[in-house]
Amino acid sequence: MSRVLPYPLLTASLLAMWLLLNGTSVGQLLLGTAIALAASRLMVALQPSKPRLKGWYLLPKLVAIVVADIWRSNIAVARLILRRDQSRRMSGFIVVPLDLRDPTGLAILACIVTSTPGTAWVEYSSTESKLLLHVFDLVDEAYWIDLIKSRYERLLLDILT
Amino acid sequence: MTMDLPVWAALLTGFLVLLGAGLTLIGTIGLLRLPSFYERMHAPTLGSTWGTAGILLGSIVFFSVMQSRPILHEVLIAAFVTATTPVTLMLLARAALYRDRTEGSTAVPRRFSSHQEDAG
Amino acid sequence: MSASILFWSLLIAQILLGIAIAITAYRIMRGPRAQDRILSLDALYVNVMLLLLVFGIKTESTLYFEAALVIALLGFVATVALAKFLMRGEVIE
Repeated sequence: MSRVLPYPLLTASLLAMWLLLNGTSVGQLLLGTAIALAASRLMVALQPSKPRLKGWYLLPKLVAIVVADIWRSNIAVARLILRRDQSRRMSGFIVVPLDLRDPTGLAILACIVTSTPGTAWVEYSSTESKLLLHVFDLVDEAYWIDLIKSRYERLLLDILT
Repeated sequence: MTMDLPVWAALLTGFLVLLGAGLTLIGTIGLLRLPSFYERMHAPTLGSTWGTAGILLGSIVFFSVMQSRPILHEVLIAAFVTATTPVTLMLLARAALYRDRTEGSTAVPRRFSSHQEDAG
Repeated sequence: MSASILFWSLLIAQILLGIAIAITAYRIMRGPRAQDRILSLDALYVNVMLLLLVFGIKTESTLYFEAALVIALLGFVATVALAKFLMRGEVIE
């Protein structure tokens, strides 16, 4: 299992991508399988850290929360951009202390935070576990820190360990 | 050309595509209007999240109804855009921060005391 | 009926995206700094990709998806390389 298929999920998604791009037929299935197997063997040389998904059943909840949040902040940021008076809005940097240490979790959190309009991940210090965040509409610093920590980080901690 | 398309599908496709294009345009207007780089950095995410999602959903609706089979190429593009936009924005933000710090700008926060190994 | 709904909404969407592309091009020219230009270039890539997708719906051809995918890929690689360049002054370390 581990020698032939070191990363079963990666192999499956590569095969799915191949079939999506080339159309489904027996020949493409064989070729795609061969390429997916070879590519996932190559991944072994890179030795990525293997995340342990303990609470994988929480993943749909995370995705739903993120999609809804991105939609809401899209509307909010669009309003702010179109507002006539730009000087009323404050934007600035905040520092968020994080409990999350797992590299995979941090990567997911970074993607969530950055792809949400209104917040952008700027810098992370792994020695201090502090995150520097730029917030577009900085009304209340505590609100944003609480949002990151209780809405995303809590769930990611539950999923990963 | 699209005579066999039902009206509801045309309306839905039109709405979704216009929503996506509108959000993208608002994002780029932000790129034009906002005063500083770090604020401008937030603007294109509108286009790369729901701007892209709107147009892709519209296209999924259209091609599914037209050819009466689901077209999944859009899912591939959506997955790709979702995975790559945060990476580029993060890299750009860090590059801008680095440049501002080496120039001794006071508008950006100082670096964390012990630096060097960053994740993300 | 449905053909004209589709025609007009797609046309308006193309015009909106065209304006968006013009704005990003203006921002690329004006700057003021290198990171602004790169940010606008990234937005330009996304907008062109979206315009191609709308074009694909309009012509009822799935061929444009591959083109859109390639543009998205190129945009990603270009932006990452440029951001890396800003950081250290060299692309390959």
